[in-house]
Amino acid sequence: MDIPYTVQPRPDTGVYNAKVGMWLFLASEVMLFGGLFSAYILLRVSAPPDTWPQGWLSVPLGTLNTLILALSAITTLMAWAACKARMFDRYKVYQGVTLLLALVFLSIKAYEYRDKLTHYTVTLKDGRIADGHLVSRDDTTVVLDGQFVESRAHLMNPKRHPAKHEEIRISMDEVKRLQNYGPAYNTFTALYFTMSGLHALHILGGMLVFAYLWGPGSRMWKTDPARFTNRVEIAGLFWHFVDLVWIFLFPVLYLT
Amino acid sequence: MQAETQSAPHHTAHQAHPDDLGFWRTYVFSIDHKVIGVQYAITALTFLLFGFFLMLMMRWQIARPGEPIPIVGSLLAAVLGDVAANGVMSPDLYNSFGAMHGTIMVFLAIVPLAVGAFGNYLVPIQIGANDMAFPKLNMMSYQLYFLGGVIMLTSFFIPGGAAQAGWTSYSPLATSIPTDGQTFWLIGMVFLITSSLLGSVNIITTIIQLRAPGLTWMRLPFHVWAQFTASFLLLLAFPPLETAGILQLMDKLAGTSFFLPTGLAIGGKLADVSGGGSPLLWQHLFWFLAHPEVYVLILPAMGIIAEVIACNTRKPLWGYRSLVYSALMIGFISFLVWAHHMYLTGMGTKIATFFQTTTMIISIPSVIILTCLLISLWGGSIRFNTPMLFALAFLPMFGIGGLTGLPLGFSASDIHLHDTYYVIGHFHYVVAPGTIFALFAGIYFWFPKITGRHMSEYWGRVHFWGSLLFMNLIFMPMFIQGMAGMLRRMSDGAVQYSELRVEGVTGTLSSTIIGLNQFILWAAAGLLLAQIPFIINFFWSIRHGQKVASDNPWEATTLEWQTPTPPPHGNFLRPPQVYRGPYEYSVPGYPKDFVPQDQPPG
Repeated sequence: MDIPYTVQPRPDTGVYNAKVGMWLFLASEVMLFGGLFSAYILLRVSAPPDTWPQGWLSVPLGTLNTLILALSAITTLMAWAACKARMFDRYKVYQGVTLLLALVFLSIKAYEYRDKLTHYTVTLKDGRIADGHLVSRDDTTVVLDGQFVESRAHLMNPKRHPAKHEEIRISMDEVKRLQNYGPAYNTFTALYFTMSGLHALHILGGMLVFAYLWGPGSRMWKTDPARFTNRVEIAGLFWHFVDLVWIFLFPVLYLT
Repeated sequence: MQAETQSAPHHTAHQAHPDDLGFWRTYVFSIDHKVIGVQYAITALTFLLFGFFLMLMMRWQIARPGEPIPIVGSLLAAVLGDVAANGVMSPDLYNSFGAMHGTIMVFLAIVPLAVGAFGNYLVPIQIGANDMAFPKLNMMSYQLYFLGGVIMLTSFFIPGGAAQAGWTSYSPLATSIPTDGQTFWLIGMVFLITSSLLGSVNIITTIIQLRAPGLTWMRLPFHVWAQFTASFLLLLAFPPLETAGILQLMDKLAGTSFFLPTGLAIGGKLADVSGGGSPLLWQHLFWFLAHPEVYVLILPAMGIIAEVIACNTRKPLWGYRSLVYSALMIGFISFLVWAHHMYLTGMGTKIATFFQTTTMIISIPSVIILTCLLISLWGGSIRFNTPMLFALAFLPMFGIGGLTGLPLGFSASDIHLHDTYYVIGHFHYVVAPGTIFALFAGIYFWFPKITGRHMSEYWGRVHFWGSLLFMNLIFMPMFIQGMAGMLRRMSDGAVQYSELRVEGVTGTLSSTIIGLNQFILWAAAGLLLAQIPFIINFFWSIRHGQKVASDNPWEATTLEWQTPTPPPHGNFLRPPQVYRGPYEYSVPGYPKDFVPQDQPPG
């Protein structure tokens, strides 16, 4: 018993099964991220003035990551083209490069996350607000590399109110509230971590599939190269979608 | 004729085949769409019964607040502890049961039964395919569904119990209840959503790619069209709920405030959250799924009814094309009506006007479908067997459910009826004597194909008349209670608003309205009794039912009846070739009153 059209396209629809499946899956993914972007829009337009941060994320790093993903889209395509041209060694190279690029992307993302998670705002009992990166922290004192600010609104736009960097020592007795720039900090960081986190999970999923196709899964090349090529194409479709999501995430989170 | 001869010689040869794989791969980790369909059916029917038991206990609490639950009360007290001390249901437990009744019935019972079981078992055979397009994915979707169910059930036994914020899980209530039930609910939902997503990808791909030669789109049985549309709804409507679930999980676990507004106070204290979130956003994301979801509940049911009616009237369905286009219209418009659940949220009258317009528009294709099915009866030589009885009862029952929805669809009349028992009555008429009757019809109808034996006709009728009577006795009084203003989520059956409790105030609920709770309780107990013949009949008939005389006992035209009984792995003995439409009954010039789809012309 063989299921038809797993490799060859069905004549009247012009596609093979897995391709239909992947397009349908991507349609649902559009709705998934569509829901997230709708949430972003609704929360942002209803935010009171001076509560939406601007310029909190590093545009150079974001641009670099955008370029890396764009490059990985090209190598993904080349990997598939190499399969089509029956050049297995070249496929291995391109697929390997794609994997490396994805790894670099995730590393940069992790660095950005770490930067946010070590960035603290300390509210003191006398009402003052200190903001900066954590240098050290123990039971008695917390040391920040940053500044005291007049109000939280000043934190929202670092360009208008450039940050100074000096060492601030605060006794824990004076601290009323100590928060890092994690998801719980405000609506922007919540959206940033959730949206880019879900995207990073998709990158990770794509990497797992690519790693399988590059490593153990590539044995299929010897037995059924046409089917293997289809698998590379399907995985590539998913990867292009993940890239595309980033193309929307980048301006929405970094540039506006 | 052809069908009768093909089964006998090949029967044993094919039956031997699955045994090669061993027990685990035949029955547990099977990739055969029929086994997976049956797995879905058994699991979903179990959940259906479980959800019904939850409701029976709640009806006792509503009718006799504060009295120990008979029979199971001591068991509850022993298993769940303080929330059911002395066998009395506490308000917290009532809330848990209410939330889980809705969740289980919608996500674990009816959708898996309608789409998982009927879709999996029937769609590939009805389109002449040997399996689903992605058999392993199919196995995975069942397993994810099963895991999701296990997570939901486990949540009853964690400290604090299961989710309590209703199946709609509105924030900030859902986030601020300080137990872990909601977290379990959300994680369980992620499993269920992923499961139905994979399932719908599979069903749609199968229908697009694996139709037998000659089976053009307009020759598909209506059931296939219904499953096709329902799968598209699952595919596109569920992801926004997954989004919402992820956001609420973040609110619950990571301390974000997606749905928590600035200045939120919990228990009289300002909540320690950053604020800036929107409770309305949850409702939008939730209902964007949950309204298409009700059409996921009803479309496969309509598909089943169409098959049963066409076969048992011995004439073609009236208006096949209208049925198909109406189903597609419903699918499309169902994405544009979600906010009619939210008239009272203060989202604005202009938006309400838009959504009440689309809501009125979507009733048109529903009425077309119902009308086509009704007219299909005209002039037919109707066979009143058990599946047909359920199918015939479906028509007026769904009609009542649909018509009572109109006052809820208008924002002005909804102000009075919103969140009352009227709403409960309305959607239960659609789903209980509507969809569940259709599913019963489907079970009685295809049981002979799946097992090779008929279910008992006599006990089927007992089941039918009992169910029909008690369903109506349960849900009809709810309309009266709702119009009197009785709210739906009261753990004491609204006694606190009765004229007995607050005397001399106008607008209180009369003793008659409150008294209906007693009536509904006994009707619900009667409905339980009416299901006993079905349960016994179902299991008894698997081994002892009357054997089918041929592979096509109902003399039906569609492809699933042209296979051996039960269909072997791979379904068909030869790849079928289709020559005609799905409902060629009583065609003049033929010796029999039905012409199977794979019978060559001439």
